[in-house]
Amino acid sequence: MIRKVRQNISQNEDLIFERSSPGKIGYQLPPLDVPDVDPATALGAAHVRPEIKDFPEVSEVEVIRHFTRLSTWNYAIDLGMYPLGSCTMKYNPRINEAVARLEGLAWAHPYQPESLSQGAMEAVAKLEDAMCEITGLDATTLQPAAGAHGELTGILLVRAYLESQGNPRKKVLVPDSAHGTNPATAGIAGYAVQNIKSNAQGMIDLEELSKHVDSDVAALMVTNPNTLGVFEENIVSAAKILHEKGAMVYMDGANMNALVGIARPGDFGVDVMHINLHKTFSTPHGGGGPGGGPVAVKKHLEPFLPVPRLKRVNGAWSWNHELPQSIGKVKAYYGNFGVMVRALAYILAHGGPGLRNATVDAVLNANYIRHKLRPYFDLPYDRPNMHEVVFSDDRQSAKGVRTGDMAKRLIDYGFHPYTVSFPLIVHGALMIEPTETESKGELDLFIDAMISIAKEVEDTPERVTHAPHSTRTTRVDEVAAARKPILRWRP
Amino acid sequence: MLQACGLTSTLELFSQIPAEARLDHPLNLAPGISEYEIVDYFKGLAGRTAAGYASFLGAGVYRHYRPIVVDTVVSRGEFLTSYTPYQSEISQGTLVTIFEFQTMICQLTGMDVANASMYDASTAVPEAAMMSVRVTGRSKILVSKSVHPEYRDVQTTYARTQGLPIVEFGYDAESGQIDFADLEAKLDKQTACVILQSPNFFGIIEDVKKAADLAHAHGALLVFVFSEAVSLGLLEPPRDADIVAGELQSFAISPSYGGPYAGIIAAKEKFTRQLPGRLVGQSTDTHGNRAFCLTLSTREQHIRREKATSNICTNQALIALMATVFMELYGKQGLRELATQNLSKAHYLGSKLKPRFSRPYFNEFVATPSTAPETANEGLLAKNIIGGLPLGRFYPELKDSVLLCATEMSKRADMDTLAEAYRS
Repeated sequence: MIRKVRQNISQNEDLIFERSSPGKIGYQLPPLDVPDVDPATALGAAHVRPEIKDFPEVSEVEVIRHFTRLSTWNYAIDLGMYPLGSCTMKYNPRINEAVARLEGLAWAHPYQPESLSQGAMEAVAKLEDAMCEITGLDATTLQPAAGAHGELTGILLVRAYLESQGNPRKKVLVPDSAHGTNPATAGIAGYAVQNIKSNAQGMIDLEELSKHVDSDVAALMVTNPNTLGVFEENIVSAAKILHEKGAMVYMDGANMNALVGIARPGDFGVDVMHINLHKTFSTPHGGGGPGGGPVAVKKHLEPFLPVPRLKRVNGAWSWNHELPQSIGKVKAYYGNFGVMVRALAYILAHGGPGLRNATVDAVLNANYIRHKLRPYFDLPYDRPNMHEVVFSDDRQSAKGVRTGDMAKRLIDYGFHPYTVSFPLIVHGALMIEPTETESKGELDLFIDAMISIAKEVEDTPERVTHAPHSTRTTRVDEVAAARKPILRWRP
Repeated sequence: MLQACGLTSTLELFSQIPAEARLDHPLNLAPGISEYEIVDYFKGLAGRTAAGYASFLGAGVYRHYRPIVVDTVVSRGEFLTSYTPYQSEISQGTLVTIFEFQTMICQLTGMDVANASMYDASTAVPEAAMMSVRVTGRSKILVSKSVHPEYRDVQTTYARTQGLPIVEFGYDAESGQIDFADLEAKLDKQTACVILQSPNFFGIIEDVKKAADLAHAHGALLVFVFSEAVSLGLLEPPRDADIVAGELQSFAISPSYGGPYAGIIAAKEKFTRQLPGRLVGQSTDTHGNRAFCLTLSTREQHIRREKATSNICTNQALIALMATVFMELYGKQGLRELATQNLSKAHYLGSKLKPRFSRPYFNEFVATPSTAPETANEGLLAKNIIGGLPLGRFYPELKDSVLLCATEMSKRADMDTLAEAYRS
């Protein structure tokens, strides 16, 4: 029984180019208060284009309708639970949006005088401090634009530090449960990637780890809680193994929503990590960005952080560009400031106790789902989980129904799919992360939907394998899209 | 809920964390505050910035009017609070907007394909360079000194990591264009690409065809960079380039103290499979209706892992959406008129201050105040005007000069005041 949704009228909408008609405009400009300059005269006729061929010509109301209609074809957090494991789709408070748009912040130019930037710099400093307190690390850079960018920055810091010790080393160890960005990052940073097999519980295998840690290893990249949503119980011993050989522990902070206020990476042996402001700290995903990927480090890595760094001189903030050991810049200016403002607003709203409460609720929600769904789905690593839980489709695939099919069927029940087929160490994974946002009511709706789908797999499996049935767009032919790519509209 | 989990206390939820790894005290962060107090706090910060000042700063970040419709669209929860559109059936809204974005970036730049956006230009430039390295199998990167200094800084960080040699070539002190003799002398069989920006950091329009011909004669690619997207409303697109890397901040994206912005990478069709980042493609659904999906993902990290073309997995979807709305609102006629207004304003200011370089400029130019730039700017601050960017920090040889920018938002009276201050 589908309780969360019922069918609604959905407006059709063409591409903007197909709506276009010559002479229509949707803009206004005031009359010039200076003499009109002829482009051909000022620039030379050869430099001036005759027109922007096929660029749209539409009115303002057409633009509004275009995007409003398109928007209704999207699912969103604002419509309901978004159980994407590893993505931490939590509510994005609107106060964050409001404060980021205040004129003095939104219109601040990165090169305006420091004397006229003190408020913006104060916000940066305050967020850096909060990141240090939350992670238990000593210094933070807010320059990286997203998680993967933070990872790259973190590995460059490791490399720079090791170089300063005389040898950058050759290898980075990555558990087989890791996010795909981890090995990609190590590769971009010039390291060979050594995959480490997890043990029978899906955890770091200390024996396996010891075998691979030698003086060629620069770092271990570890996600904690790992991608099974389980805390790496041997993390302290693992860190010791790395540190004894002069290697470092890099933590992927994608799952930090399970730890804030409960445990701090700096306290359990991590040397460097990134945090996703667009996950743990509620800045909106926006359909795929922008993000924010701060990197926090132990003291010994601080001299290598990207320039510029904030410093306090006679009671005023100033940017220090002169750091001889710095890895340099990873992004122009100071990072995604607008994202920082949103994250800071979230931290201020919650405060220390509120952040911890959010963690408790997120972990409770995920455990509740595990207990309610375990009679219906196979749980390959049956352990207490933290913020997310990973089932496998073993029972359903025996009936010819795969995790991806059930995920698509979930759409008919009014939910966004969970994360499909990840982590790779679970065959046919269903990775579910509810976050603290969801009430028991919404969780129960989700649980009922999952149980109902499990029953459909038994009774009418084709109902599931051909889902979704109720969307305006059914399954898209991705193979055809990749075989003969059409990546732009043409007249 | 605890009971359903077989627990009696929330503390038991964390029993799997060994004691040695657990935090044994509360975070040292103040308790939460209310919405009103948060607004108050940020208003306080916002008040300690340059709100209300006229500004002639450009240098990669431009003050252009943001039509109201832009925030109306991006504030819709269906765009603001959705995830990356992996689930095509319930993400067609985002997918269509990205497809339109890719199309308009191609129309503007004269390229065949564009990706779904990059973090910003400073990170798009090294991605374009790495693409050139993959395509040519060569390693040396030649960068013009008139490319934005911060883009070059980021390029240096990336190249150092990969062991790619970077060589800079100069600009002509009279014209402000690239020094073609220096470029030619530095081109060789190891050169993967030549990177130039136009309008360059000094606002000067480069001879792209000449540079492209030189690069191609040596088997290298030409990477064209832009920081002022409005210029594309008027200037010939860089059809002779192989890859275009640029910044869209000018398209209704707030300066926001340096970010978030949206960068682009566009290229000739034959390089499609070497593009980093996300791409949206057109296909059909099972009913035969036109539908869109993310495509060619075999280039990407979640499939290729350490063999991916890039480690990027975010694009700047919401910011790219601002640019998309902006482009559709201004459209064919508006973007040209906007560009012409920028040209007119900058040339009005330029007519009052002798630009230092001789070649044509768009909405920025270098000028030399009669007193030291810092002193001249200090005087302007008292009149609520932020002057041009003193260039000494980036170009010691230009320490007596500033980079000035005028846009459609620059008022004649402020330009008159600035010109007078710089001349006296």
